[in-house]
Amino acid sequence: MTDELRYVYAVCRPLDAPLHADLTGVGGAPPRQLVHEGLVAVLSPVPERDFGREQLHAHLEDLDWLAATARAHQRVVAALTTLTCPLPLRLGTVFRDDSGVRAMLQDESERLRRILDRIDGHVEWGVKVWLGEESAAEAAAPQPSGAPESGRDYLRRRRAGNAAREESAARAEAFARQLHEDLARYASDARLHPPQSGPLTEAGSGRNILNSAYLVPRARSEEFLELVGRAEGTRPGLQVEVTGPWAAYSFTDDPEPDAPLNGTAGTAGTAGTAGTAGTAGAASQDTGEAS
Amino acid sequence: MSGAGDPFAQREIALVDLLDRLLAGGVVLAGDITLRIADVDLVRIDLKALISSVNAQVQAPWPDADEQSGLRELDERDERDEREAS
Repeated sequence: MTDELRYVYAVCRPLDAPLHADLTGVGGAPPRQLVHEGLVAVLSPVPERDFGREQLHAHLEDLDWLAATARAHQRVVAALTTLTCPLPLRLGTVFRDDSGVRAMLQDESERLRRILDRIDGHVEWGVKVWLGEESAAEAAAPQPSGAPESGRDYLRRRRAGNAAREESAARAEAFARQLHEDLARYASDARLHPPQSGPLTEAGSGRNILNSAYLVPRARSEEFLELVGRAEGTRPGLQVEVTGPWAAYSFTDDPEPDAPLNGTAGTAGTAGTAGTAGTAGAASQDTGEAS
Repeated sequence: MSGAGDPFAQREIALVDLLDRLLAGGVVLAGDITLRIADVDLVRIDLKALISSVNAQVQAPWPDADEQSGLRELDERDERDEREAS
């Protein structure tokens, strides 16, 4: 059919079990596998009226459409994650037809295999640290009750409040840095994402201090979560939030076989810790791979 | 393969976490009609404001010296206010 395009969710190695029969993808169609030389593209047909270049760009401005598409994309990738360690594609990767997908698998074969090797046996966990601004400031400097007696009194209180906020922010950052280092040492690889902000962020959750992702061997996930759990609740005003398990969305940059490990932390590695984490994590990867 | 939990059993994922990964993560392949977030003229919804990850410039997760000096300025301004008030 000429009016149908191919939406590709993920690439993986051949599956041992079939996809769930009730699984639906973007637009409601069931996803299927396209196999080419030992690689599988998981795709479903989508109508050109929604996924042609211009239509896709127009839809992207519609948050409801974007949310529905993102959830469908994630539904398929999550289902795959129960069967294998899929390499998820960026939202909105669309091809004209099966032969276009086959050509992509052919052309990108080496890069795809390198990334699949890296994420094999792993899942991604997201960790965020939130600083509840008011509660942290109050904990650091309890406000005197009653109205300020004078202008001078008011300003003194205000200055004490600022100092307390500054101190709690510094403590939160030190905590986040330490947590990230501990988790990254445990994980096979780590990435720092920009902190979340803006209207989609849940109201009242405070300031996002850490937003990071860890590539963890499946078999060690429980221990990883225990490690996060131990950090939770140890600091007043700080919340630690875990998301996952995710497919390895944050670890899809190309691990060039000859490049030094530090180089692979390039996507989000603004802080030096991400680079060192990658190196330290690589040593522990071998032991975790046994299962 | 078990022990990591069943993704089907997860509570609904927050949209911000989902978009954090689906719009900034995932491997980018040259599809015939590959969507390029950066090329899109986002008029009606300011996605760039919604999703910080899409911003080209990645912020450091902890403030650097610049922000600290900002706090110093705030403190100096307070002292000035205090002098004026008394």
